[in-house]
Amino acid sequence: MQTLLKVENLCKRYVKRSFTGAHEELLALDGVSFTILPGTTLAVVGESGSGKSTLALCVAALEYPTSGNIWFEARDIVKFAENERRKLRPQIQLVFQDPANSLNTRWNTFEILLEPLVLQGKLNREEMKQRAFFLLERVGLSSETLRRPPSELSGGQRQRLAIARALALDPKLLILDEALSALDCSVQAQIANLLMELQNSFGMTYLFVTHDLAMAAHLADEIAVMHRGRIVERGPVEKVLRQPAHETTRQLLAAVPRMPRATPSVQEK
Amino acid sequence: MASFLSIQDLHVSYRSRESGLRPALVGVSFEILPGEILGVLGESGSGKSTLAAALVRLLPPNGQITQGAVLFEGKDLFKSKAEELRQIRGGRIALIFQEPSLALHPTIRVREQVRQILAAHEPAGKSNLRERTQEVFSVLFPGDADRISQSYPHQLSGGQQQRVLIAQAIACRPSVIIADEPTASLDPTTQMEILSVFRTLKEKLGLAMIFITHNPALLAGFADRLLVLYGGRVVECGPAEAVLVSPRHPYTKGLFQSIPASLQEGTKSSKTILPAIAGDSSLSLPKEGCSFEPKCTERMDACRERGPVPVNLSASHTVSCFRYEK
Repeated sequence: MQTLLKVENLCKRYVKRSFTGAHEELLALDGVSFTILPGTTLAVVGESGSGKSTLALCVAALEYPTSGNIWFEARDIVKFAENERRKLRPQIQLVFQDPANSLNTRWNTFEILLEPLVLQGKLNREEMKQRAFFLLERVGLSSETLRRPPSELSGGQRQRLAIARALALDPKLLILDEALSALDCSVQAQIANLLMELQNSFGMTYLFVTHDLAMAAHLADEIAVMHRGRIVERGPVEKVLRQPAHETTRQLLAAVPRMPRATPSVQEK
Repeated sequence: MASFLSIQDLHVSYRSRESGLRPALVGVSFEILPGEILGVLGESGSGKSTLAAALVRLLPPNGQITQGAVLFEGKDLFKSKAEELRQIRGGRIALIFQEPSLALHPTIRVREQVRQILAAHEPAGKSNLRERTQEVFSVLFPGDADRISQSYPHQLSGGQQQRVLIAQAIACRPSVIIADEPTASLDPTTQMEILSVFRTLKEKLGLAMIFITHNPALLAGFADRLLVLYGGRVVECGPAEAVLVSPRHPYTKGLFQSIPASLQEGTKSSKTILPAIAGDSSLSLPKEGCSFEPKCTERMDACRERGPVPVNLSASHTVSCFRYEK
């Protein structure tokens, strides 16, 4: 199968200038390489500050990497000029951590869903409306939410709306930047199920950036572990989690809070 | 051991312009023993933050305690005068909130922020205050107390900021800490670190704690007892081990099942549909009957007609569900 996304030796350096003119450099990404096959999920895990969000922004063509290549469908998007990037962005969409902050509070569900379609400018009014209804159904929102602003939606409904908006322009790749972390456990399960459903029926490809190893293990085909801007370990979920080769992976695994397992004798009581 | 903080039949409502009084907590009762960690588990809208605020009477202006009592060391906090309450809050009962970066003043050194708390509660001399502040910092930042105490909040990491908040909380040697999602904004490694800080404090200082969270896995091996809130009501309460391993209320069961178990040994459940609790977290509570009834998979006729009363499964484990009524 042809790869959908191939990242090669990606580097991103941030330079901080202080009042005195002193330069301080930070290497947020330090030679990151990976590939994603269409219809699969790659989970990128790591502590805060390990560079996972910078990676997400670079792949989304929202941040210019310092060096390296990002091949999306065999075209190097790093070299794209701004107008080409704009054409590319509908195909790579983002869902952020906190839907309360990524949705316009003054708009209702319908207006939020319509915006990407209006900006794209390919559909007429009636087609856009139909598309909005279709998207709502696809993410499991009822049509009565259509006239409500985000403040009147629950956390789970808001994240469904954020996903619907991301799907509006038929993206090939969805970047989920901590998309489940701000939600309650039971709602996380609902949204995780929705993501898997979308993958099964429409062949969506996900880049799932998270610090929740348990959810990463559940959703992903492959896991990449990041530490200080580098991918220190990458492989199929089973392998990385059962036989972690790198210290960072072991530390992350040790930090996952676990539910005690029911022993049969206790359960019968 | 006698309880020293006891909450009795607490009812809290919020007033809104459109719908009048809306109940947020309905008949919540529980007790805490000295040196005990009580985990309060609930999703958004379950009333868990309202509970934290109501205990020390810090509800927003539209919040109203309509009924109930909070007995702390023999005194009813709801009948205390404002001045008395001010001494208890932060002094005897300390609070820690979710977002450490919002709880600290950005342009005051953290040392000063801890000192101010001490100064507000204890009439002590300058040098005495300085000593006490240093002492608190050396408890929380062994080996690095000096550097950290002179920093501004933005120079510290999220975990360090949370430790400063804990320093503020324990400065006056309280007997209870109420922590509302204290680790929610931290990544897992830091989260574990902060939990172990709490555990050491409990052992060293004999602190009791109300630890509020939405993540049941955090409470495993940490809390002594568990209180599960749903829709403003206590649905289950019991020893942490018993509730986590064999939950009895349909909500607690559903909640635990919805957590991916892919990291547990011997399971291979990747990419399977998780048994989620259907529906959205309710924004309004049903007026009658059980608050979990609309989403419950084990509902019966009685569930819609009246609210269930707590049933004792054992001396310490209670469940509010008709399934267990005899």
